[in-house]
Amino acid sequence: MPAIPSRLRETLTSVGLVFMVACLALAVWELTVWHFELPKALLPTPRQCWVAAVAERQTLFLATLSTGAAAISGLLVSVVIGSSLAIVFSQSRSLRLALFPYVILLQTVPIVAIAPLLIIWSGYTFRTVVIVTAIVCLFPIVNSMTGGLLGTKQDSADLFRLYGAGRWKRLWRLQIPSSISYLMLGTKTSSGLAVIGAIVAEFFVGNGTTYNGLGSLMTGWTVMVKTDALVSAVFASAMLGLLMFGAVQLVSALVLRRWTRFASAVN
Amino acid sequence: MEKIQNPVNEADNASAIHCESLSIQYPGGTRAVDQVELTVESGEILSLIGPSGCGKTTLLRLMANLELPTHGSVSLRPPVVGHEGGIAFVFQQPALLPWRTALENVALPLELIGRGSAQGRRELASDLLNTVGLQKAMSSFPSELSGGMKMRVSIARALVTDPNVLLLDEPFAALDDMLRTQLGQLLLELWEKQRFTAVMVTHNIAESVLLSHRIAVMRQGALQTVLNNPLPRPRCESLRTTVEFGEFYGCVSHALRGEA
Repeated sequence: MPAIPSRLRETLTSVGLVFMVACLALAVWELTVWHFELPKALLPTPRQCWVAAVAERQTLFLATLSTGAAAISGLLVSVVIGSSLAIVFSQSRSLRLALFPYVILLQTVPIVAIAPLLIIWSGYTFRTVVIVTAIVCLFPIVNSMTGGLLGTKQDSADLFRLYGAGRWKRLWRLQIPSSISYLMLGTKTSSGLAVIGAIVAEFFVGNGTTYNGLGSLMTGWTVMVKTDALVSAVFASAMLGLLMFGAVQLVSALVLRRWTRFASAVN
Repeated sequence: MEKIQNPVNEADNASAIHCESLSIQYPGGTRAVDQVELTVESGEILSLIGPSGCGKTTLLRLMANLELPTHGSVSLRPPVVGHEGGIAFVFQQPALLPWRTALENVALPLELIGRGSAQGRRELASDLLNTVGLQKAMSSFPSELSGGMKMRVSIARALVTDPNVLLLDEPFAALDDMLRTQLGQLLLELWEKQRFTAVMVTHNIAESVLLSHRIAVMRQGALQTVLNNPLPRPRCESLRTTVEFGEFYGCVSHALRGEA
């Protein structure tokens, strides 16, 4: 019998352990509801949630697609704006000192406070959800990439100086390549935040409109006390977050491998 | 064994580097390099040796124009106009860009100074990698190379612009003895072929005795003495076991301890 490669064995073990923990948690959940005779409106059993998910599968699927589209769009917008800002910050200390506090401010102001304002300015639209998502995702990207751009090794910087490399050559051939692994690190952090941002925005945007994301579904099902369907929506959003993280990881490992392979410790 | 107390008097028209009253004082008042007068002759290898913190690396960085002196000057003959790769620097760590292959790393200085076509740069880099014995590792990334191989790439990168002056900052310090010996031999072979001018900072007396024509001893930022190395060339590793090597080693060791 051929030996299983150690890496594959490690992956299988990890998946097996995660599966075991999930089975155990579901069993405890089912037993708790059964033992304490909890009403379905308070806490449905996993089986009831599954039945609700199957019944609402089409609505749930379309809502997950809407939220996924908003989360991906917001994440992409924040990658473009965030890396551009980071490049500007790396080139000008004055601009960094002047503008970086505002980027921190975006991170510290609660998004639930900004979302209603954005609805006033941008309407009950998909665009508003994307804007909220982008705001939530921006800080980790700007922060990580600025660190990467400014953290080039002294010897490498000296090498570029020795050969008279100007600002653009240094930026293009040294700073940007060495910061890509940091950008991916920030993007991974933001990928989970993107789903949260999109759902929070949908809590506001989806009310009374034709927009149907997971957040708007959750709001509606909360009002209707459809707890089993609500739990299935929570699972759908968690799966979406995992998918987003996995997709970023895949892009990092395949498309950007040349720039990220050396920084596996960072990632 | 000739001992030159005032090396600047030896300066002549063929000199490659001339340091005149070279000093650097940091804002805190520390004088890392203090009134150094030193001439490095064209085509010679000069070792800078001295205790840690005596200013060897700072002097080397001043020669490379990576630091600016607070007093005095460094002049190069022939003069280096702009940044045309006339001076090359080998750092203590290989300082390779990890997202570039060995070949791309060696070609980098040519890209930075804008010399040659992409094809020409690749060919030149490939030749250099052949010279340092890395023909099979051209497409390898630094993470796939051993410490010794990385340093070979670093040396190839330094030589790719065909520099007049090669500055080496403890290039073999992070390597084990065997690799150190191999790379020392490689440097000797490259010098025999190309006869570049080199200044090398080292802590290793044996390395400096084997490789250099002269050894400059530094202490507390100042140049103490410059010793002429009487050992014949071409040199090889077996020279280490000769009486002459041992005698000169002792002489350098005495100078390092500040003895006459």
